[in-house]
Amino acid sequence: MTPVLEVTGLVKHFGPVRAVDGVDLTVATGEVLGLVGESGSGKSTLGRCVTRLVPVTAGSVRIAGRDIARLSRRAIRPLRRQFNIVFQDPSSSLNPRLTVGDIVAEPLRQHRLGPPAQRRQRVVQMLDQVGLGGEMTRRYPHELSGGQRQRVSLARALAAAPALLVADEPTSALDVSVQASVLNLIVRLQREMGFACLFITHDLAAVEYLAQRVAVMYLGVLVEVADRVELFASPRHPYTQALLSAAPIPDPPAQRRRQRVVLTGDVPSPVAPPPGCRFHTRCPVAVERCAVDVPALRPVRPAGALVACHLVGDDGTAPVLSRPGLPVQRAAG
Amino acid sequence: MTANTGTLLAVRDLTVRFRTEDGTVLAVDQVCFEVAERELVALVGESGCGKSVTAMALTGLLPASATVSGEIGFAGQDLRRRSERRLRAIRGRDIAYVFQEPMTSLNPVLTVGHQIGEVLRRHQRMRGAAVRRRATELMELVGIPLPARRLREYPHQLSGGMRQRVMIAMALACTPKLLVADEPTTALDVTVQAGILDVLRTLSAETGTAVLLITHDLGVVADLADRVVVMYAGRVIEEADVVDLFARPGHPYTRGLLDAVPNPARHASGGPDPAAGQGLREIPGRVPVLADSPDACTFAERCTRTDDTCRTRRPELSAGPAGHPVRCWHPLAVPASSLAGGGAR
Repeated sequence: MTPVLEVTGLVKHFGPVRAVDGVDLTVATGEVLGLVGESGSGKSTLGRCVTRLVPVTAGSVRIAGRDIARLSRRAIRPLRRQFNIVFQDPSSSLNPRLTVGDIVAEPLRQHRLGPPAQRRQRVVQMLDQVGLGGEMTRRYPHELSGGQRQRVSLARALAAAPALLVADEPTSALDVSVQASVLNLIVRLQREMGFACLFITHDLAAVEYLAQRVAVMYLGVLVEVADRVELFASPRHPYTQALLSAAPIPDPPAQRRRQRVVLTGDVPSPVAPPPGCRFHTRCPVAVERCAVDVPALRPVRPAGALVACHLVGDDGTAPVLSRPGLPVQRAAG
Repeated sequence: MTANTGTLLAVRDLTVRFRTEDGTVLAVDQVCFEVAERELVALVGESGCGKSVTAMALTGLLPASATVSGEIGFAGQDLRRRSERRLRAIRGRDIAYVFQEPMTSLNPVLTVGHQIGEVLRRHQRMRGAAVRRRATELMELVGIPLPARRLREYPHQLSGGMRQRVMIAMALACTPKLLVADEPTTALDVTVQAGILDVLRTLSAETGTAVLLITHDLGVVADLADRVVVMYAGRVIEEADVVDLFARPGHPYTRGLLDAVPNPARHASGGPDPAAGQGLREIPGRVPVLADSPDACTFAERCTRTDDTCRTRRPELSAGPAGHPVRCWHPLAVPASSLAGGGAR
């Protein structure tokens, strides 16, 4: 089956800044792919390239089989029905002068879907689906809470039933209890509507909660892609290992037993990324070769896992940075 | 509670009201808590619960629109009775602050060395080479590589994590008795956060500085805190040793917060799994904005255990089923699994 999203050799440079520097990834029908990385990894830029909010420097972005990487804004417009994006801060992405009803109806108007009466019906249906009552249609964004605004953005993004939803840090600006309800909502909507989702976040726990597969990005490139359970149980790339070990888990005895891999130094500048493996300057196990040869993202065992590291064997054996201390690793191993 | 060490900070009935265009808002409602010497206490809650306002009120950092009452006992004196002049001397020397966004607290036109030096000159009356020596020491203490070179740099030349380390170095310049860290790692990446958490833990162990950590992040609390004070709508609603709080929460709001966060450990041991249709716990509704302290539980509107008592009588903070203080008429029973020693040390 053709994947809903197929990105090949994607490059995006902003002047000298090499924000995304050669990324290949696919998202299958009905799949949630979690894209994790820290600030400066290029994950948000990747999301913007995929939805063509910015021009692409090189590579292809196929959505439902059609390459949109090089199309003009005008040529893309009719194809936008196929994909949409929600952002971290819904208050800046919702037009304050429009009512909630008009906001949610936007994609329906743009793509001329159905007569006005049907559109109104669809708006109420979408609001209901995201857990907001029909009386919301006449409200304005400033009258809503942060969580309600994020529900409105989701209703708008999904109104035209796209095949792909890109969610860029959709819960990061929300309080813990509200985050939970938005994460639950995305899981439910995805199950009900069946769209593919590229879920971009720095929040590993959120990805662990809702993604089927996870891609880890560092300084403009992917370093590891794996099935969710596999990635969290046995991270292979040294950066993935460090990242997972650094995120504290809300369980005091377990957290205090864990061994943390503390990385030295800062993320290098994307203007002049290090030669060879981009992570070698901070990698605790780097060898000479890592500073010279660029490691390709290649398949390793188990099937479906991809790692870009010279030190990971084809059989999936990974360099050891710390003793496994995570309960989740024990449970799965 | 912690009886073997002396009490450093004792907050009694701290109440803070703000005058706003829409009338008075009660931000902090008769808050009581203590921090012992060398103790690491986390003040936890979601936005609007009053945790940051409490932290600012300790040394009179609130704007003029705030009305404050109550007692703030610190090292044997009531800070509420101290003049602004005296408070200024106490801030920085005895109680130091680290805030979420270091860039807004650092002066962009002065070098890092100058800014650390200023603290030493002002509060420690150090001069000349002694200032430079001590500044270098502090930079090493917080794990900044090449400290001598970094001292000559400006804040914009440093990464977010390095800036936060500089802020901690400045805060520690006078070996304060209490460090108030208000969301110190919220703006940072996790790999950088890990380093800062290590710095805070080592420091409190090595220098004996007590830490009041203000945060909404339960992972950070689990990692760092000895004891946890949970706030909701301006009130302290639960207080316990960190292991006890996570294993045996007594307040439905605390339980709700814990269940709202995806937890890989719990997930692996059969916790909520979206694939099996189990969602994260949601807490419907939102934190109320109060003008006055109601004779009721402030969580009553969002709670599943609410009855008439909750709506008409104010619960007091008193020993709950697990033994630690809970402000609830119907606190949660101790889960059987934790009685068997599951969560305890």
